[in-house]
Amino acid sequence: MANPLTPVLTKRWTEPRSWTIETYERTDGYTALRKALKAHPDQLIQQCKDSGLRGRGGAGFPTGMKWGFIPQGDGKPHYLVINADEGEPGTCKDIPLMMADPHSLIEGIIITSYAIRANFAAIYVRGEVLHCIRRLNAAVREAYAKGYLGRNILDSGFDLDVVVHAGAGAYICGEETALLDSLEGRRGQPRLKPPFPATAGLYAAPTVVNNVETIASVPFIVNGGADWFREMGRERSPGPKIFSLSGHVTRPGQYEAPMGTTLRELLDMAGGMKDGIPLKFWTPGGSSTPLFTAEHLDVPLDFEGAAEAGSMLGTTALQIFNETVSVPWAVMKWTEFYKHESCGKCTPCREGTYWLVQILQRMVRGEGTAGDIDTLLDVCDNILGRSFCALGDGAVSPITSGIKYFKDEFLALCDQNSKALAGANA
Amino acid sequence: MTIAPDKSTEIVVPEGHVKLVIDGLEVVAPKGELLIRTAERLGIVIPRFCDHPLLDPAGACRQCLVEVEMGGRPMPKPQASCTMTVADGMVVKTQLTSPVADKAQQGVMELLLINHPLDCPICDKGGECPLQNQALAHGRTDSRFHEHKRTFPKPIPISTQVLLDRERCVLCQRCTRFSAQIAGDPFIELLERGSQQQVGVAEEKPFQSYFSGNTIQICPVGALTSAAYRFRARPFDLVSTPSVCEHCSSGCAERTDWRRGKVQRKLAGDDPEVNEEWICDKGRFAFRYATSDDRFTRPMVRDAASGELRESSWTEALQIAAAGLAEARDAFGVGVLTGGRLTVEDAYAYSKFARIALRTNDIDFRARPHSQEELEFLTSHVVGTSPENGVTFKGIEAAPAALLVAFEPEEEAPIVFLRLRKAARNKKTKVFHLGQFTSPAVEKTFGTLLACVPGGEPAALNALPEHASDVVDELSKPGAVILVGERAAEIPGAFTAVAKLAERTGAKVAWIPRRAGERGALAVGATPNLLPGGRLVSDAAARTEVERTWGVEEGSIPAKPGRDTNGILMALANGELDGLVVGGVDPFDLPDPELAEQALSAAAFVVSLELRPSAVTAHANVVLPIAPAVEKSGSYLNWEGRRREFGTTLEGTGALPDCRVLDTLGVEMDADLFTQTPAAAAADLARLGDNVADASAPNVAAPLLSPPKDGQAVLATWRRLIDNGSMQDGEPHLAGTARPVVAKVSAATAEHLGVELGGEITVSTVRGSVTLPVEADDLPDGVVWVPTNSGDVKVRNLAAGHGSVVKVTGGKA
Repeated sequence: MANPLTPVLTKRWTEPRSWTIETYERTDGYTALRKALKAHPDQLIQQCKDSGLRGRGGAGFPTGMKWGFIPQGDGKPHYLVINADEGEPGTCKDIPLMMADPHSLIEGIIITSYAIRANFAAIYVRGEVLHCIRRLNAAVREAYAKGYLGRNILDSGFDLDVVVHAGAGAYICGEETALLDSLEGRRGQPRLKPPFPATAGLYAAPTVVNNVETIASVPFIVNGGADWFREMGRERSPGPKIFSLSGHVTRPGQYEAPMGTTLRELLDMAGGMKDGIPLKFWTPGGSSTPLFTAEHLDVPLDFEGAAEAGSMLGTTALQIFNETVSVPWAVMKWTEFYKHESCGKCTPCREGTYWLVQILQRMVRGEGTAGDIDTLLDVCDNILGRSFCALGDGAVSPITSGIKYFKDEFLALCDQNSKALAGANA
Repeated sequence: MTIAPDKSTEIVVPEGHVKLVIDGLEVVAPKGELLIRTAERLGIVIPRFCDHPLLDPAGACRQCLVEVEMGGRPMPKPQASCTMTVADGMVVKTQLTSPVADKAQQGVMELLLINHPLDCPICDKGGECPLQNQALAHGRTDSRFHEHKRTFPKPIPISTQVLLDRERCVLCQRCTRFSAQIAGDPFIELLERGSQQQVGVAEEKPFQSYFSGNTIQICPVGALTSAAYRFRARPFDLVSTPSVCEHCSSGCAERTDWRRGKVQRKLAGDDPEVNEEWICDKGRFAFRYATSDDRFTRPMVRDAASGELRESSWTEALQIAAAGLAEARDAFGVGVLTGGRLTVEDAYAYSKFARIALRTNDIDFRARPHSQEELEFLTSHVVGTSPENGVTFKGIEAAPAALLVAFEPEEEAPIVFLRLRKAARNKKTKVFHLGQFTSPAVEKTFGTLLACVPGGEPAALNALPEHASDVVDELSKPGAVILVGERAAEIPGAFTAVAKLAERTGAKVAWIPRRAGERGALAVGATPNLLPGGRLVSDAAARTEVERTWGVEEGSIPAKPGRDTNGILMALANGELDGLVVGGVDPFDLPDPELAEQALSAAAFVVSLELRPSAVTAHANVVLPIAPAVEKSGSYLNWEGRRREFGTTLEGTGALPDCRVLDTLGVEMDADLFTQTPAAAAADLARLGDNVADASAPNVAAPLLSPPKDGQAVLATWRRLIDNGSMQDGEPHLAGTARPVVAKVSAATAEHLGVELGGEITVSTVRGSVTLPVEADDLPDGVVWVPTNSGDVKVRNLAAGHGSVVKVTGGKA
């Protein structure tokens, strides 16, 4: 591949006033919808399955299969909920997408709703991104005005209403069942599963919850076909993906490339490490995915590649740190985040993050002991896989992987004279 | 000798069941059973906090993690056994056989303890604390936590009777789930998040639930404690006695904990047939009346010279009482009022005493508004029903539909309310309330209000086929029930209409009175028309049967039915009766307290069997002290007709039950009651057995109602659970959770009457008036609702009741 960049989802981002419906329609917008409305909904589900599209929110669940779980002919209303509560540290793809090209999401929503036979869709957006919410609301209004939303869309007989709902800024509400509770007006805390959202989701009705990037991919699949989609990426993780590069890189930002692209390739596109200071560690998919180091520059970044190397693809939020950064300090800051965001429902996550933070803060102050490292690892072991939802699992990732690759730095902190480590006082 | 494999040991899996293995033991479990329960049936106790068998699973505390293998493949993570249901072929390893599960449980326990304060020595829960017990059984021996514990100010009162200590809370959500799911009072909720997550109440909105005490009981730590019980005792110093609640007619199983001869607290007992594991706050907290300073401990007689009561010996008091009663009996006669709070045994003693010592049928247990129609209904539809042939708690739960007539379940029989809510919530039972406004109970039973003007209930019932045929259809389904409350006695024609509707639909009818003793008193013939066992006074054969069993002269029981409560009072006031034996009656509960006052003044001789002073005391010639429920044994017949037997909690206090006092008094009057002890009374009653007479249903036409004139309204009224009742005396913490005393009218009525909503309203009759705040609700126009006996509002003192026409003005009188 000569040029590794594959602008699909991002192809309109550089257009002037890219977020308007005029720009969108001028650049093939709402052509996939017309095509989709002529098809049978089941055909659309099948096409999505054939394309191999996997969820872009982090877990990588096959999207077509998720749609297929919705019981049809059950007499209940169906709902589509878009998870736009982008909150994973380092992740910055859904919000830029909704800022630059909200209509691709809306078109994807209409097609998906038609496929799963939903007449109501909600976009749950993180409350802090006010500008983005305004853009989305404007785009929804434009779509209503043009007859893409509302009653009898494009004379197809299909009705759909879309609501943009602003969250109140809780990381847990990115967890799909907590999101549903929050959307229903309750406290955002994860629900007991089963029942899964596909059978009892929003208002106990069958619900599909999909990530923004996933749904924004749908119009392209409808227009380009499953085979075209599969030309990009790898066998089990096809398609393009927006990688968010942040931290010590020359040109941080969103880079759309096929699944399976390596950090080395992405760094080339981004102008390399900032100021030439060498890479020390990075996250492949946000802070909840175990750290990688310079050894992992050539790991293909798709669901399988990241997993085989001992981490997860997550949200492809690549936080890149150079050699000036102390790993224990970074791990402490991340853990502070998880402690702040733990919803409190289950014991391991609520109490564990409270404890871990204090140990890490003490270590970074230079008051730790080697025994603390054992305690950290054992507490992590008591959280991982014991928590109610994946938040607890994510919270221990930086600690266990940080100690795995950089134990010496933790040990060094236990020496009374090592307070002056780079970054420790930042 | 060879041993052939024994085929009979192979486990047979019945339909709807699965077979699984727990810790190497094969077990058959019904589909849908939670792993933690299946293990428990095997005797394997998995530690837990959030799990409670009567609450929806939460999976929040993670204490009950076990290893699970499905189809030969181990699940990657330990699973919460309180949320996972059994499946065929599942292999489960608990902490007993799995090091992974054991470590997971120890890990969770350590995490629960890092922020838990070390104040067990001063914690009310210490000694009976699931956290303490399970930490010893499943925790580490020492702590690795060297950091700072989370602290909160403590304790904070979340109501006058419940105190919250957030430091001790393990956030299991039992209390919040109980309040949301069981009681339907989501006044408490989790607030904040992460390690700052805490249970809390909204500002200015305390935990005003009639069931809040249950959260104290199910709290697995000392986070919720009782203001009344705080620092009173250590659990291991308490003696626990099973008991039965003496308040409403539900007959809840309770556990009474006492120390040094004093009751310290009451807890809900576990009786799946009746109260499951819940009781209301009145049943839990209202017991201090029995230890109030003014309790009678010695008999008293009225001193002839001074006219004052003076303490006397039992011998003197009984002799004076016997002589006085005999004289009055032989003059114009003696009536007996027993109140609705007696045990079956005590009520039986009154019933027998009236018949053989006083030779009268002038006895009535109804110390409240009552009617002849009610008596006929009780005779034809209630007496003799039992859990075998009548409505039960479980029957309510299984009912497709329930119609409530003149019955406010949350106020009058709270455990019935909980069952109705459970039925509606879990089994979609349709609940119809024939009442005056959408009370909290209507909402919390997901019910439908059929609103009518007070007194209009019979017309509404008769018109159901015409105007609400869906209700009739629902009630015609098998298992449907009609529940009628004691207020129906204030509505002419109501019982007739209920009986007709039951006949038309086939729905079973239950009468649910407010007081614990009413069903029992009915069964033992503490009524003017019935002898014990449902026998009619007017039936000569029945009289003979009773006379023979009692060993009294044939023909000694009067053949004519006696007077009812009102009749007895009028007869006393008019000089047609001379004497009165009165036990456990508060004259201010009677339909006309002024008439009661006149009757007591006019009576030549009054014997009062009482616990504490009442308005009767001032007129009593002899006061005989009797034992409160905790100091005697006996039984109540609950509204189902279920016998709820209890033993003596506090032995040896010297207090005597009514049946013993009457037995001795009988001896003084040459009448042998054979009721020396409750057990003897019960045995004597059992010798009679039931012989329930066939009686015809009442047939009273509903009178035509004329609309109230200008400045008037029709009064709707019923009693609240927590009100001025004398058995709630001495418990200020409980009193603090009473609902606010307000009147209710519709907005249109308020406008019509010139009443300012949010202001005050004055309700008056010829007897007087009462002023209270007023708020709008969805009552029919021309109706005003006030609580019967709350705060300054004492409707009976106005000689008014449900359906009375009253004068209504805005502001103060």
